[in-house]
Amino acid sequence: MTDLGGKTSQTILTHLQRLEAEAIHIMREVVAEATNPVMLYSVGKDSAVMLHLARKAFYPSPPPFPLLHVDTTWKFKDMYALRERMAAESGMELLVYQNPEAQERGINPFDHGALHTDMWKTEGLKQALDKYGFDAAFGGARRDEEKSRAKERIFSFRTASHGWDPKNQRPELWNIYNARKNKGESIRVFPISNWTELDIWQYIHLNDVPIVPLYFAAVRPTFEWEGGLFMADDLPRLEKVLGYRPEITDRSIRFRTLGCFPLTGAVESTAATLTDVIQETLLTTTSERQGRVIDKDAGGAGMEVKKQQGYF
Amino acid sequence: MPNSNDAASTVIDPVYVTESLIAENIDAYLDQHQHKTMLRFITCGSVDDGKSTLIGRLLYDSKMIFEDQLDALAADSKKSGTQGQEIDFALLVDGLAAEREQGITIDVAYRFFNTEKRKFIVADTPGHEQYTRNMVTGASTADLAVILIDARKGVLTQTKRHSYLAHLIGITNLVLAVNKMDLVDYSQDVFDRIVTEYTGFAKSIGIEAFVAMPISGFKGDNIISASPNTPWYTGPNLIEHLETVEVNSAIDAGRPFRMPVQWVNRPNLDFRGFSGLVATGSVKTGDAIRVLPSGKTSTVSRITTLDGDLDLAQAGQSVTICFDTEIDCSRGDIIALAENPPQVADQFETTLVWMADEPLHVGRAYWLKLGTQTVSATVHAPKYAVSVNTMEHIAVKTLELNAIGVAQIVTDKPIVFEAYSDSRTLGGFILIDKITNATVAAGMLNFSLRRAQNVHWQATDIGREAHAGLKNQKAAVLWFTGLSGSGKSTIANLVEKKLHRMNRHTFLLDGDNVRHGLNKDLGFTEADRIENIRRVGEVAKLMADAGLIVITAFISPFQADRDMVRSMLPGGEFIEVFVDTPLAVAESRDVKGLYKKARSGELKNFTGIDSPYEVPVHPEIRIDTTNLTPEAAAALIVDTLLGDA
Repeated sequence: MTDLGGKTSQTILTHLQRLEAEAIHIMREVVAEATNPVMLYSVGKDSAVMLHLARKAFYPSPPPFPLLHVDTTWKFKDMYALRERMAAESGMELLVYQNPEAQERGINPFDHGALHTDMWKTEGLKQALDKYGFDAAFGGARRDEEKSRAKERIFSFRTASHGWDPKNQRPELWNIYNARKNKGESIRVFPISNWTELDIWQYIHLNDVPIVPLYFAAVRPTFEWEGGLFMADDLPRLEKVLGYRPEITDRSIRFRTLGCFPLTGAVESTAATLTDVIQETLLTTTSERQGRVIDKDAGGAGMEVKKQQGYF
Repeated sequence: MPNSNDAASTVIDPVYVTESLIAENIDAYLDQHQHKTMLRFITCGSVDDGKSTLIGRLLYDSKMIFEDQLDALAADSKKSGTQGQEIDFALLVDGLAAEREQGITIDVAYRFFNTEKRKFIVADTPGHEQYTRNMVTGASTADLAVILIDARKGVLTQTKRHSYLAHLIGITNLVLAVNKMDLVDYSQDVFDRIVTEYTGFAKSIGIEAFVAMPISGFKGDNIISASPNTPWYTGPNLIEHLETVEVNSAIDAGRPFRMPVQWVNRPNLDFRGFSGLVATGSVKTGDAIRVLPSGKTSTVSRITTLDGDLDLAQAGQSVTICFDTEIDCSRGDIIALAENPPQVADQFETTLVWMADEPLHVGRAYWLKLGTQTVSATVHAPKYAVSVNTMEHIAVKTLELNAIGVAQIVTDKPIVFEAYSDSRTLGGFILIDKITNATVAAGMLNFSLRRAQNVHWQATDIGREAHAGLKNQKAAVLWFTGLSGSGKSTIANLVEKKLHRMNRHTFLLDGDNVRHGLNKDLGFTEADRIENIRRVGEVAKLMADAGLIVITAFISPFQADRDMVRSMLPGGEFIEVFVDTPLAVAESRDVKGLYKKARSGELKNFTGIDSPYEVPVHPEIRIDTTNLTPEAAAALIVDTLLGDA
C-alpha cells in the first residue's frame, strides 16, 4: 500500500496500513515461534487477503509454510482454479485434504445437512492438522463476522482434541503473543481479526488481490432449493444426489461468501466490477454470513457451539 | 420504560451521511475510507452503567448492524432483554452464551465501527474488580478510555478503579462519560457535581487531563450530535471527540527509532534482511544504526517491501531492513539509530498486574517476553501492592489474581529496554509460567536498577583507577540525604572546602543547582523525583569514573533510588550520609520558606508534609544535627572518608 504516501516522509498511517502492519507482525511472530505452521486456505476473499499479506510479510522469501485446503469436493470449479493459480504464483506448497471417511460414505450437503459440514470441514480439518503435525494454523476469521468471534484471541489455543475453551483464554496484551504450547495443544492464529468486511474489500481494491470471479455478477445457471437460490455448478453431479434434474434458469447472480456450492446461496445482482460489488455490499442490509446456512443451527449460540467442537 | 418511540427516532443522524455517498459516488466513498485513521479505545464501566448499551448504540448509529442481526436482536430483546419492548442494544454486544444468560460481560470483546474520519476498534471489558486483568488487557492496545459513570450514582469506587487502571496502563486520553443523563432530567447540577468530584480524584492519582461529557447511551444524547436536552453543555459530542484526539501511533512517530527484530529474511545468499514492526521513530536508507545488545553498528542500505523499496520506515510499519555490512543480528535484537540507542540492563523496578489464579512465586523463574526478546526472569518480593479501589499501598508477600504491585525483576541476561512511559513496546512485557505456559502477568518496566555489565561500552585505555591515581586519591561519592532544611547543603559545602584545602579533587552537585540546568525539565511528582535522582546518580558515577570525590546534596527521599545509585558504583565508593534532622526542627528553621508554602497547600508533593521520606536503613554515616555543629559534622565526614581511603 505504498501508494498511500509515506514512502519518503513520515505520515500518519491509515487504518488499512495499521491493519496490514499488524497482520504481518502476527504472521512473523508465528513463523519465529511455531515449529510447523500452516495457512488454512479456503479460497474465499478473506483467504485471498491473508495470502497476500503473507507474501508481503516474508518478501522476498516465499511464505515459509504451506497452504492447506480442507476440501469438501463440493467447492465451485472457479475456486479450484484460483487455488491452483495462487499456489503457483506464491511459490508455496499446496496441501489438499479430503476426509476419506466422508468420501467413502458419500457425505453431501443435500442428504446430510449439518453432518456434511461436520464430517468434511470440522473432522477434515482436525484430521489434516493431526496428519501433518501442524502446531499453528493461520485462519482468516474476523471478529466482526459473528458474536463469539469478537471474543476470540488472535492466538487461540486448542486442546489436543481441538476443542476451544472460551472461558480459559490467555490474556493478550499489547502486541505480545505467548505462543508457548502444552503437549498436544495447537494454535489457531487469526491475523486479520481486526479487519471488517469493508476493510477486506478495500484492501482487495487497493492491492489488486486476485479473487474468485464468482464474487462478481454474471449470468449463471441457477436453481431454487429449500427457499434459496443456488448455482448449478456441476449439473450431472447435482442430479445424482438430488435424484431429480432441478429446473435451471439463467440469472445474473453473484456470491457474497463462498463455501460449498450447495450450501452457499447466490444473490441476484448486476454488480460486475469490484467497485460495484463494494457498493452493493455496503448498501445491502443483510449481513454477510446470512448466505451461509452454518451459523443458524443451534440457535443464537450456533458458532460458539461449533467452535467448541473444533470447527474453525 | 416510557417514551419507547423516542429512542428509535433519535437514530437518524447527521454524522454518518456516508450512505448517500456510497450510492452516488462509490469511488469518492472508497477514497474517503482509504484515508481514514484508526483509533482504538476501551469502555470502562459496570453492566449497570450502560456500557454495552453505549457500544450497541455506536454500532447501531454507524449502521454497523445489519437487518438480519436487527431482526434477531428484536426477537432476543423480547426474550431476554432488560429494556421491556425496546431494542436492548446490550444484546448486540454480549457475545458468549454464558454471558447472555448471566446478563454480564465476562471477557474482552472487540467491536468495530466507522465514521467519515476514522475506523474505531472498541475493546469492551467487564468492570467488576475480579475482571481487572481483562480491563488491563483491553487497555493495553487502547489510545483512549471512556470511563462511564451512572449520573444517578456519581463517582463510585469502580470509577476510581477504572481510572487508575487506565492511567496505569499509560492511556493519556480519558473521557468521563456521565451516562443516563435522561434519568436525572439532564441536570447540569448533577453533571457539574460529578465532574468536580472526579477532578479532585483524578489529580490525586496524577491524571493530567480528561474530557467530561453528559450523555445518554440509551436515548442517544451527545453521542453523535449536540443534544437539545443539554443546552448548557458546549463541549464536543462523543463521536466528534473520538474523531479528533491524537492516536498513539502519532506520538510513537516522534520518538527515537527502535525496531525489534522478529525474523531474519534470507531467501538466498544475495539477500539478508531483518524483519520487524517499527516500534517508534523512523529510519531512512543511509542512516547509521546500532544493533543492541551487541552494540555493533552499520548503515541501512535498503528498506524492502513487496511493493518496492522504501526510503523511509516509520513507527507502525512492518518492514524488512538490510544493512550495507554483515553484522550479527537476529530475533530478539533491537535495531536503533546509532547515536541514540536504548539502554540495556538486567535488573528493573517493575509494576506487575497478576493475571493467573496461581499467585506469584517469589524467586521462581518465569519467562519474560518483551517485544521479541524472551529471557528467564525472577521476581523479588513485592515492595508493595496497590489497592485498586483506594490506590493505597499495601504491604504484601506475593501477588494474587488481579493484584497490582511494584516489584524488582532480575533477568538471566541483559535485555534492551525503555521505560514503559516512553515506549509500550520496549517497556511492556508479559510473564509466562514455565510449567503451564500460561500468561501469568503483565508488566511495565519503570527503570533499571543496575546497568548491565559489558554492554556496548566504548572501551577506553585510561581506566577509572588511572584517573583517580593521577589525582593521588580514591574516587568516592558522598551522598547526602535528608529533609529539606536539614543542613545537607551547608555541611556538604564545608566538607568540600575542607577537602579542597587538603588538595583533593572534588565536585559538589547541589539539588537546587542541578534543577536549574540538567534537570530543569523535571517536576516534583514521584516519577520526576526518581528521574532526578537517576540522572544525578549517572553524573556522579561519571565524575567518580574521572577520579573525583563527588559530593551530592539532594533530599533523595526514596531508599530504592539511593540504592539504585549505590548499585551503579563499585562496592565501597558510595557513602550514604544521612543528615538526620527531625521534621519539627527542619520546619522551624524553614530557611527557604518552603514548609510554610507546603503547609498552606501552595506547594505539592513536599517531602515530610505530603510526600514520604524513607529514613536510610544502614547509612555509612549518620549526622545527628541536634547534637553536632555543621563544622563538627564536616570534620567527622572527612575523617571517615579519608580514614577509609
